[in-house]
Amino acid sequence: MIRTAVTPFWWRSIGQRLTILLAGIAAVLAILSWWMVTSFAREAAERTQDNVLVASATTIAEALRSEQGTILLELPYSAFAMLGAIGEDRVFYRVAADGETLTGYDDLVPTVTPERPGDVTVRTIDYRGDQVRMVTVRRTVLAGQQPVPVLVTVAQTRTGVEAIGSGLSQTAAILSVALFVLAVGLGTIAAGNALKPLNSFAQAVTRRGPADLRPLRRKVPDELSPLLVALNRLMERLGQSIRRSEEFIAEAAHRVRTPLATVRAQAELALHTVEKEDEKQMLRRIIRAVDESSRSASQLLDHATVSFRADALARERVDLVELAGRVTEGLQPTAEMKDIMIKLTAVGPATVLGDAILLESALRNVLDNSVKYSPEETDILVTLDRLDDANWRLMVRDHGRGFPPSSLPELTERFKRGANVDAIVGSGLGLTIAEEVLDAHGGRLELSSPTDGAGACVSLILPAA
Amino acid sequence: MRFTDLARSLIAAFVLTMTGLPAASFEVEAQKVYPGNGTTMIRVISTADLDVFEPFIAQFQAENPEIGIDYYVTSSAELHTAITDGAAFDLAISSAMDLQFQLANDGAALPYNSPMTEALPVWARWRNQVFAFTAEPAVAVISRARFAGLQRPSTRQELIALLRQNPDAFQNTIGTYDVRTSGLGYLFATQEARNSDTFWRLSELMGTRGATLYCCSAQMIDDVASGQLALAYNVLGSYAAERIARDDRLEILELEDYATVMLRTALIPTTATETQAAGLFLDRLLQEGMREASSLWALPPLGAAETPEARAYGPIRLGPALLVYLDKLNRDAFLRAWSDAMVQQ
Repeated sequence: MIRTAVTPFWWRSIGQRLTILLAGIAAVLAILSWWMVTSFAREAAERTQDNVLVASATTIAEALRSEQGTILLELPYSAFAMLGAIGEDRVFYRVAADGETLTGYDDLVPTVTPERPGDVTVRTIDYRGDQVRMVTVRRTVLAGQQPVPVLVTVAQTRTGVEAIGSGLSQTAAILSVALFVLAVGLGTIAAGNALKPLNSFAQAVTRRGPADLRPLRRKVPDELSPLLVALNRLMERLGQSIRRSEEFIAEAAHRVRTPLATVRAQAELALHTVEKEDEKQMLRRIIRAVDESSRSASQLLDHATVSFRADALARERVDLVELAGRVTEGLQPTAEMKDIMIKLTAVGPATVLGDAILLESALRNVLDNSVKYSPEETDILVTLDRLDDANWRLMVRDHGRGFPPSSLPELTERFKRGANVDAIVGSGLGLTIAEEVLDAHGGRLELSSPTDGAGACVSLILPAA
Repeated sequence: MRFTDLARSLIAAFVLTMTGLPAASFEVEAQKVYPGNGTTMIRVISTADLDVFEPFIAQFQAENPEIGIDYYVTSSAELHTAITDGAAFDLAISSAMDLQFQLANDGAALPYNSPMTEALPVWARWRNQVFAFTAEPAVAVISRARFAGLQRPSTRQELIALLRQNPDAFQNTIGTYDVRTSGLGYLFATQEARNSDTFWRLSELMGTRGATLYCCSAQMIDDVASGQLALAYNVLGSYAAERIARDDRLEILELEDYATVMLRTALIPTTATETQAAGLFLDRLLQEGMREASSLWALPPLGAAETPEARAYGPIRLGPALLVYLDKLNRDAFLRAWSDAMVQQ
């Protein structure tokens, strides 16, 4: 049994994690602050009650006096009126001289008595079915010549204190909830803001073209710079690896081409020496096969060259008229073998900015394709004209089998060939090379089937200089 | 079912007999049963006379015919003793708010909550145990005949001046409460003494003029009506108003400086058995008290505490300060001072 840990959906993104963690922290803080406010409020209310009780008991104690040996007391009105300030609480009191109740509630006996005059004790006790706060003050009164200790006890229930406490606690709870909601909102914004560099970094990587392996140059937060450095190193290594394999292919192609040329020369020579027709046929087949191999090797070389040179494209002025002339001339011998006429119509000068070798290679590959797929004794028209204000168009039109409409979009892919190539040998690299060159120059390759009769039409469109 | 019902009523009867016993240990001035058509019977102990309360009881029973009422009239001191001793009553109504407060403070009252008690002004309730339903000022009642040709004083200062300047007219013709025997008189006197020092000067002057001391408002008003007294000081306003309405020999002296306002209060004792019915009765009392004027009784509504002279000191506050003058030592001291001033040997 293999159990894969399933991440809950709300834990999958960093933003959600951050938000949830911040919300958790906010909740803890909100509860903590509520608890603190509540306990402070309760304590403050309790202290207030204690102070009022002490004040009341002290006021009563101050009113004690003695006359001819008897202790007299007139309870001050204020001592009791002030007890009504906290809330509607029950009040009990007792004044005892030397243990004898002078006035008040007989059974309100303090559990702890203050030891010295002026001392105050505060206790919470149960009295008459309620919890009461009890304050006892001690005072010594001289009755005749005799000092008599008098204890004044004032007690009050705690309903008011609890009401104040729970009222403040409720307010604090409402404030805490509001604080929590605010913190969650701000946390969400903060999480979004913190993740913004990461998102824009990802977008920058996504936006790049498929062949763009240049290092990323952007300002990123410190936390992302290791990622940026690692990514750039990876791309550098990838680039190097691609370059190495291109170099390898170019080298391989080059090494194959040279011995092929020798084989072809020897075969030509042999063709002239043998006399039997079937032997001549065999040699011609060898020559054709060698030509095809040589051509494929050239294309591989071209492709590698394109990949290599397109990375750091030269921008020199190139005249398309001159270029087209050179290419047509170069292919003339091959065409003549099939009695094909290449007709060039070009009015110059037509200048573009770019790499002459690459542009030449593009046109050569297109034209080579045309020659290869054209039947014998046909014409190939090469026309250079202005497509619009900004672009030149080099159009190659043959009378071959044309493009099958179904495979038009994929023909420029590497090693992809049309569905109607039959027995004709080919690498499928020609149009790929042309397209890559045009892309690198900011132009484009257009494939179409002409409306007037058979054949194919390939247009190389390049921005004018 | 039948058996449990029977058992329950037997137990109830037993409990009633047992708890009803202490009722005999206090002095009852009057008692009347207003039977309802149900089994519920609430026992009400009150200081208000039957003729004051009868219309209200009739109205209450018209609205709640199933509730019977056993109404006891007694003095405020007896009422206090009865409840303290644990006599079984469902409602205690008294004009002595200090004693009522003490009952609640000592834990002899049950809390009661209803929309009606919530509607009461804050000063008219304490701990949801003591509820005020009237605000009754102490007034001075004069005899029109005796005051013929005399300027009506509008403050106590002017009253003092009047008493000083006319020694003959007022000699032996002033009546006031004997605060030694009347709880209400004591409450009025202590509160007035606390609020204003004119009280002692007035008392001294009344003593000099040989004031007559009374136990109750009614007798004082009788004597003013007959012309035996020229002035009755600190008479319960509700009684006076009711009498003046049908006796034009009497007049209330409008003293504008201040008025001492007492609250008539009700509470449900802890000995109550019919708390629900008692709550209904209490709610109805409060409802009547919160009206602008009642058609059922002559008692002034709570709104009477809002008159300008009543607001000088506000109604006597329901709070722990009421305990001060109930204290034995304080009472002795106050009565000593009062006697010195009033009873001039």
